[in-house]
Amino acid sequence: MRKSRTLDLGTGSFVLLGFAALFFLTTQTTSRGITLASPPHYDLTAKFDNIGDLKVGAPVSMSGVEMGRVTKIGFDSKEYKAVVTMQIDARYNQIPTDSDAAIYTQGLLGGKFIGLTAGGAETYLKNKDQIDFTQSAFVLENLIGQLLANFAKGGGQSDSDKSKADAPAVTQPKATEKTK
Amino acid sequence: MKLIEELWESLRDALVGLGAVARFLLRLLAAAPRALLRLDLISQQIYNAGALSLVIIMLSGLFVGMVLGLQGFQLLQRFGSEEALGTAAAIGLVKELGPVVTALLFAGRAGTALASELGLMRATDQISAMEMMAVDPIRRVVVPRFLGGVIAMPLLAAIFSVIGIYGAQLVGVQIMGVDGGSFWSQMRAAVGLRDINEGIVKSCIFGVTCSLIAVYQGYYAEPTAEGVGRATTRTVVTSAVFILFLDYLVTAAFL
Repeated sequence: MRKSRTLDLGTGSFVLLGFAALFFLTTQTTSRGITLASPPHYDLTAKFDNIGDLKVGAPVSMSGVEMGRVTKIGFDSKEYKAVVTMQIDARYNQIPTDSDAAIYTQGLLGGKFIGLTAGGAETYLKNKDQIDFTQSAFVLENLIGQLLANFAKGGGQSDSDKSKADAPAVTQPKATEKTK
Repeated sequence: MKLIEELWESLRDALVGLGAVARFLLRLLAAAPRALLRLDLISQQIYNAGALSLVIIMLSGLFVGMVLGLQGFQLLQRFGSEEALGTAAAIGLVKELGPVVTALLFAGRAGTALASELGLMRATDQISAMEMMAVDPIRRVVVPRFLGGVIAMPLLAAIFSVIGIYGAQLVGVQIMGVDGGSFWSQMRAAVGLRDINEGIVKSCIFGVTCSLIAVYQGYYAEPTAEGVGRATTRTVVTSAVFILFLDYLVTAAFL
């Protein structure tokens, strides 16, 4: 009797562990997630013309220091803009009201993140406030489109144009890597 | 001429073996509903096949995940997209490495134990003794072991994947310095329920394959010490080949 008790206990905990693992895989690694409790924080919103492929969970940083996460991405159907809700760690409660938010890329092909730049105002952003100054995501396709248009105009001196065209694409990741 | 004859012979043997295994599977399935009444026997086999394999599965999962983290980081760093490490590790583990490596380990750990146990029962006439007492050895001995393996395998594969993802996270985020939030958020954005389903389907199929091969080889082992040894070896070899072959088929079916 004693032996079968411990055996049942072992079987039971194994099965429980297995189903816990399955539950973790379906809820924590996919987008149908259930978010666990988060530390003290406050919310800010910002409206962008274009957010590129910014995703929920992307980091929000200032001077390269991570301050929070993107928690929600919505759409304002009056202004036709994307509304990004950010959750900022309660420790960083001194962000000036005239700060601006821009969307940057981590590396050349990496994900997008939001970089905040502090303004000079004496008042600070509070919960549910909106950041008014925003800069849209840098969309690679638009840049290439512009370059192609320049090529068409440039015509003959395509070689010198080409070296110029390569330059921003190559320096871009270095520039954003510094901000990381 | 001789060569062709021998080839034909071995091909025929393989076909006969396949047919016999298929027939054995049908026999097991036919006996399964009544064997389900003895849940205690099945739970004991889940313990033998699953709980006792936990340590090796968890250790292997951890190291496979850590290696994935290291290799993936080196590769992705070249393209400046280390943040995709979470996606790469999760998809690799959930869809491929989790089910396949778990199944190979399962064949080595639980499959051999099943085959040698059944083979020894055959060699020491315990199975004949049961038949004498009008106890159906298939229902009393074989089916609980088969079902135990079938139930344990998907759970082990899921545990392997989870530990592996944490292993990749350990190396990628804690040691190599990938942003933890990006690691998880890119993973969540890229991994769908379909990927998880593929992993579950694969591990279920591998569970049936491994357990079936093990009980078949053990049950029909030659009743000698040598025969039991051969049955054990054959269990591992056949399981490995079938796992990798079926893995290709299932992957193709899910594309």
